[in-house]
Amino acid sequence: MMGFNMLADLTNKGRIGLLLFLAILISLPFWSSSYIISVATITLYLAILGQSWNLMLGFAGLLSLGHALFVGVSAYLAAYLFSVLGLPPVIGIFPAVLLAILMGMLIGYLGFRFSIGGVYFALLTIAFAELVRISVDHMAVIGGTEGLFLQVSEGDRKGVDLINLRGHPWMFYYLAMVLAFLTLAGCRSLLKSKLGYYWQAIRDDQDAAQALGINVFRYKMYAVIYSSGIAGVAGVFYAFYQNSLFPESVFGIERSIEVSLGPIVGGVGSLFGPVLGAFILTPLGEGLTELIDFLKSSGIIDPKSKLNGLKLLIWGLVVALIVLFKPRGIWPWLNDKLGFCRKESD
Amino acid sequence: MDFWTLANALATGLLTGLVYGLSALGLSVIFGVIRIVNFAHGEIMVMGMFFALIMFRWLGLDPLLSIPLAAAILFVFGYALQSTVISRVAHLPDHMQFLLLAAIAVMIVNGSLLIFGPDPQAINISYSFDSFDIGEDLIIDKSRAYAAIAAVAISGLLLGFFKYSRTGKAIRACADNYLGAQVVGLKVDHLYALTFGIGAACLGAAGCVLLLLIEVHPYLAPGYTLLAFVIVIIGGLGSMTGALVGGILIGMSEALAAIVFQPSMKSAFSFGLLILVLLLRPQGLMGKSIK
Repeated sequence: MMGFNMLADLTNKGRIGLLLFLAILISLPFWSSSYIISVATITLYLAILGQSWNLMLGFAGLLSLGHALFVGVSAYLAAYLFSVLGLPPVIGIFPAVLLAILMGMLIGYLGFRFSIGGVYFALLTIAFAELVRISVDHMAVIGGTEGLFLQVSEGDRKGVDLINLRGHPWMFYYLAMVLAFLTLAGCRSLLKSKLGYYWQAIRDDQDAAQALGINVFRYKMYAVIYSSGIAGVAGVFYAFYQNSLFPESVFGIERSIEVSLGPIVGGVGSLFGPVLGAFILTPLGEGLTELIDFLKSSGIIDPKSKLNGLKLLIWGLVVALIVLFKPRGIWPWLNDKLGFCRKESD
Repeated sequence: MDFWTLANALATGLLTGLVYGLSALGLSVIFGVIRIVNFAHGEIMVMGMFFALIMFRWLGLDPLLSIPLAAAILFVFGYALQSTVISRVAHLPDHMQFLLLAAIAVMIVNGSLLIFGPDPQAINISYSFDSFDIGEDLIIDKSRAYAAIAAVAISGLLLGFFKYSRTGKAIRACADNYLGAQVVGLKVDHLYALTFGIGAACLGAAGCVLLLLIEVHPYLAPGYTLLAFVIVIIGGLGSMTGALVGGILIGMSEALAAIVFQPSMKSAFSFGLLILVLLLRPQGLMGKSIK
């Protein structure tokens, strides 16, 4: 696999860093709590989505604010096929991801055909996500606002059943890790392929790219197809990990923004940025919750005070500070300081 | 469905749409001049609503009378926000500006959640349940009628300001030609901050007016941000009359969707309309052609 050439990008220092990082990730379940495993699983899941989102904006220059749509349609279809028709997700993933890709192609086709650019394209993605959210609200067959649930028995939580995606939290954790790694490797080989260079040309100057004979419409479509496909795979994982899907919590615009935050904080356009971003933001959010609980239980803050919103208030502040002071993202800055990568492609 | 049901729905939609138009005007002004997509739009408007709520609870002030003070306070807020924070990201790509404003939006929502709590709060004024009955069958809520009149008056004031006043002309000059405006000696930074301030003041006024029509709670904001985007794109980003026309159109289509389909489908209808406009006329109904 070309993706494994990733090691060639790294300096010795970077290889040691990666090795250390992998060692911590792989050994994590053996020395931490179930709570930390669940946070780490969500972090890895968001790293996959961050990679998918970054493929569109960072590689091809297409701003999507509706990524929850691709995740959601795939999650819903796979869950529906499993719970109603008994189709295992190993098979269900194909129609589910196909649906996500079709959604992407529809938006891409409509947007690029009429050369809707920049902010307008982003709003088109929001509009579709909202339209689907409201439609799902009204689809009784997949639960509507009541939600769609997957059956979990006590026994399911103990075993490992990769065909039906029922199993121990460790299984989901390692599955997320493998998927995150495959996504990273896949995105790297895409970025270094001819396609990747076409994308970067379009991102940097669409008119010039077109003048050089690049079929801009086609390659933008490819970017949307790959991106929505990855998001679709993540959606199937999400459905079977969460076991419950609600239109608001799956398709809501907050979900789409959440997807975009990791790569932006980590560094748009870089390969490791989305991963780093996910590993900064998710633990930060969880850590703030823990900190507030700790301060309450130790009496520093009045335990009775309602602090709804304090966590997200601080979290918004951190994001704003990153935009103001590290607008290229954390990874490029960190890499300059520590020299993990041989000149990250810019 | 008989004729009067339809007529009542359309009248209600028209009046609500005028309020939407005022709110969308705030977004349009900011985008048209500073080229910033204000993702904290609904949040700033909800700040205005909460301000009117406080004034009502403390002083028993009618929200319509809170308008000048709400507008003044949010003007200062908007001016300060643009000149200290947003101007610093002017050179960054679109998505970074969007992220900064989304972060500000998150802070406003959760800040107001900390202060006011999550429950919807309504005001009850003397004319809350009164209505104007025109003939036998056309019934218009008094509060809605007053809200619409206030919205029209403020929108008119704003349009007049941009068309006739020297400052308004200077701001339009910045929007038309940034470099040219600098060359002739306009203080562009100041004018930008002024524009953001005016946009925010407009939202403060819209918030006061809206409090006459609906209950306020912190989570109201994101929905109104999206609604304003829809309106402004349908009307044409950057076109002020477009924002007003778009507001009326969305107000009436929501009202129609609510009686023809179900009330919960009304925003689906608006988003459908948005997709249609983006496809057929991406510059919006009243917009000039875009790149």
